[in-house]
Amino acid sequence: MAETALTNPAQPSAPIAGWRGIAADWSSDQRAFKNVSWGKAMMWIFLLSDTFIFSCFLLSYMTARMSTTVPWPNPSEVFALTIGGTQVPLILIAIMTFVLISSSGTMAMAVNFGYRRDRVKTAALMLITAAFGATFVGMQAFEWTKLIMEGVRPWGNPWGAAQFGSSFFMITGFHGTHVTIGVIFLIAIARRVWRGDFDIERRGFFTSRRGHYEIVEITGLYWHFVDLVWVFIFAFFYLW
Amino acid sequence: MVDVPYDAVTDVPPAEVAEVDLYHPRSWWTKYVFSQDAKVIAIQYSLTATAIGLVALVLSWLMRLQLGFPGTFSFIDASQYLQFITMHGMIMVIYLLTALFLGGFGNYLIPLMVGARDMVFPYVNMLSYWVYLLAVLVLASTFFVPGGPTGAGWTLYPPQAILSGTPGQDWGIILMLSSLILFIIGFTMGGLNYVVTVLQARTRGMTLMRLPLTVWGIFTATIMALLAFPALFVACVMMLFDRVLATSFFMPALVQMGEQMKYGGGSPLLFQHLFWFFGHPEVYIVALPAFGIVSDLISTHARKNIFGYRMMVWAIVAIGALSFIVWAHHMYVSGMHPQFGFFFATTTLIIAIPTAIKVYNWVLTLWRGDIHLTVPMLFALGFIITFVNGGLTGLFLGNVVVDVPLSDTMFVVAHFHMVMGVAPILVVLGAIYHWYPKLTGRMLDDVLGKFHFWVTFLGAYLIFFPMHYLGLLGFPRRYHDIGEAAFIPSSAHTLNAFITVVALIVGFAQMVFLFNLVWSLFKGKPSGGNPWRATTLEWQTPETPPGHGNWGKELPVVYRWAYDYSVPGAEQDFIPQNQPPARRAAQGALP
Repeated sequence: MAETALTNPAQPSAPIAGWRGIAADWSSDQRAFKNVSWGKAMMWIFLLSDTFIFSCFLLSYMTARMSTTVPWPNPSEVFALTIGGTQVPLILIAIMTFVLISSSGTMAMAVNFGYRRDRVKTAALMLITAAFGATFVGMQAFEWTKLIMEGVRPWGNPWGAAQFGSSFFMITGFHGTHVTIGVIFLIAIARRVWRGDFDIERRGFFTSRRGHYEIVEITGLYWHFVDLVWVFIFAFFYLW
Repeated sequence: MVDVPYDAVTDVPPAEVAEVDLYHPRSWWTKYVFSQDAKVIAIQYSLTATAIGLVALVLSWLMRLQLGFPGTFSFIDASQYLQFITMHGMIMVIYLLTALFLGGFGNYLIPLMVGARDMVFPYVNMLSYWVYLLAVLVLASTFFVPGGPTGAGWTLYPPQAILSGTPGQDWGIILMLSSLILFIIGFTMGGLNYVVTVLQARTRGMTLMRLPLTVWGIFTATIMALLAFPALFVACVMMLFDRVLATSFFMPALVQMGEQMKYGGGSPLLFQHLFWFFGHPEVYIVALPAFGIVSDLISTHARKNIFGYRMMVWAIVAIGALSFIVWAHHMYVSGMHPQFGFFFATTTLIIAIPTAIKVYNWVLTLWRGDIHLTVPMLFALGFIITFVNGGLTGLFLGNVVVDVPLSDTMFVVAHFHMVMGVAPILVVLGAIYHWYPKLTGRMLDDVLGKFHFWVTFLGAYLIFFPMHYLGLLGFPRRYHDIGEAAFIPSSAHTLNAFITVVALIVGFAQMVFLFNLVWSLFKGKPSGGNPWRATTLEWQTPETPPGHGNWGKELPVVYRWAYDYSVPGAEQDFIPQNQPPARRAAQGALP
């Protein structure tokens, strides 16, 4: 999906700073966002739309939690693991969050090496990112299994408001799906990086567009967004 | 096009983006079926939307037969009547109008009007259509599943939407929600394309403030859709879980047939908020493209520049922004804090200001124009009148105290059919008469077109005007059979029968239009490339219909806005956007 975005070297004037620059860009011809490729613009706008989806999910969850007349299960007890005889609250979630945030770091490094056209390091870092993501999803599966074993269902749970289980499975499930799609994309792009598709600008099979290392950054945008959303889910679901 | 070497023109910036590679179809299948060309995708969208729209038209006849002659047609029982109104509403609003304006007109006109070779992501654009088709097929399949389509009303309000007693509780509602989710996924793929194409893929010289208003309308509507559809998506997912997994997002504790149901603790009002956070912007998602298109039709056929172009643009943007903070005016009778009602009534009435600006500007564009009463112009004029009509009743319904007694009566039906049913459809029809020559190279037949216009326009008034009166009497909407009610005079029943007869006639008159579309494809008068002598870029293509890649070897360069009609001192009464100023042309002639 990467798109050629060569800025004309003969571009006469230097960019203007501040609001005047934004006004100048938007009143110019051809492009409103200068030096932003089509693929990157599309990903940003998609993420804006996706933000609205997650916001609606979280707002609905908050409405349910605030208006419920029965007690809401205590997250620090529900999401605790018993390790060596002591109950450690939120330990799994803390590790999951750490893993996901770390994956943002490796993703950023992959983008950096991508623009240096370092094929091997880029692919390796993307695969590490994908591995972190897969670990996250794996731990989420573990958490789901644990809760299901304890009797949490979408329609009810042993401790209180039925909306606890339904919101939990829906929101973490939707987020987990995003992570899984991200992992698949990371592996697919890493394969193309490894093969050297972007060094020879091989054309896409369906699109017949030339591939560029920029696609690494676009995948990164999506990945960081998914991480950011997790921070909000973590704050609103587990810490509240 | 004046033949000027581009290098000679110094005040148009150089190209910022290198020429892109288009996907070149290699077979009949990739050229006409799995096509990545926006123009083919546009036609696919339009034909699919029209096909499912005709189903909705037939459903409206069945409803009218029942309303006009209650008890006469034994094959329409109460459940079926509810299923008909639900499917009619949902199809018309989402699967016909949204898909036709954005998927159909958007795909065809955006690349041509901004001077692009195609949408920015043709492959994603193609997927958009196929997912849309899948959504339509899932929707249509509900007619054939056990229990039939859902009869919950197009608003799908819980808890009734998923309880037994509402028709289509088995499969209808599940497939309806699934179809909506698919539609939103498909639309998002297309919508991203439209937005990025307008923002990032315009040709040299095409600034945002030189865009034809059609593009502004479709562009703003697409952004709104990308931000409003998520709310519907979430609402559909949650209701699907309520129905399939027995969660209680929207379901309060209920007793049914003396038994306590397993639901409890959910909020039906939450659904209404989510639904109308989508639902109100949806009204303008349908209306803004119509506003844009009608501006171009009026300017072209009155041979006059649009009055107050910048105001028109800002009015579109303002309406788009305001429409996100008015949604609860659909919920005055749902039980709300009175101060919320006050807030939403105020914002609703504020929207009347940018809307009125647009209407005044259309009228002022016509003022002392060289008005050609062509078929597209007739439809555009019909739109203005109908839109003003429907808009004025909107002021009634926007006020809490007036809305409460009128809620759920035929007055509401009359209002929204006028403002977002008839008015946008008139624009769709006018736009088809206007752009058909570009699609096919042939004109639609004028006599049939005028017949079609007058029957449709006058017929729509005969159908929907009496409904205001019925509503004021208190005649409720969504009732299968009103029976003998003391507050309904017998004349109201006569009026209902009259409406039904007119609706059938107007519906059948659309067949004349369909005949015209097919007949003119083969026998229509050849139109040439620019039959309306219009300025915008799509009329300046080297071929008609435009070929693959739209523009031949060189992309057009834009030197002026889209509304240079009847410019004093010009040779013709229109100057195409890509015609260089005379001064530049003279310079270009120098070596």
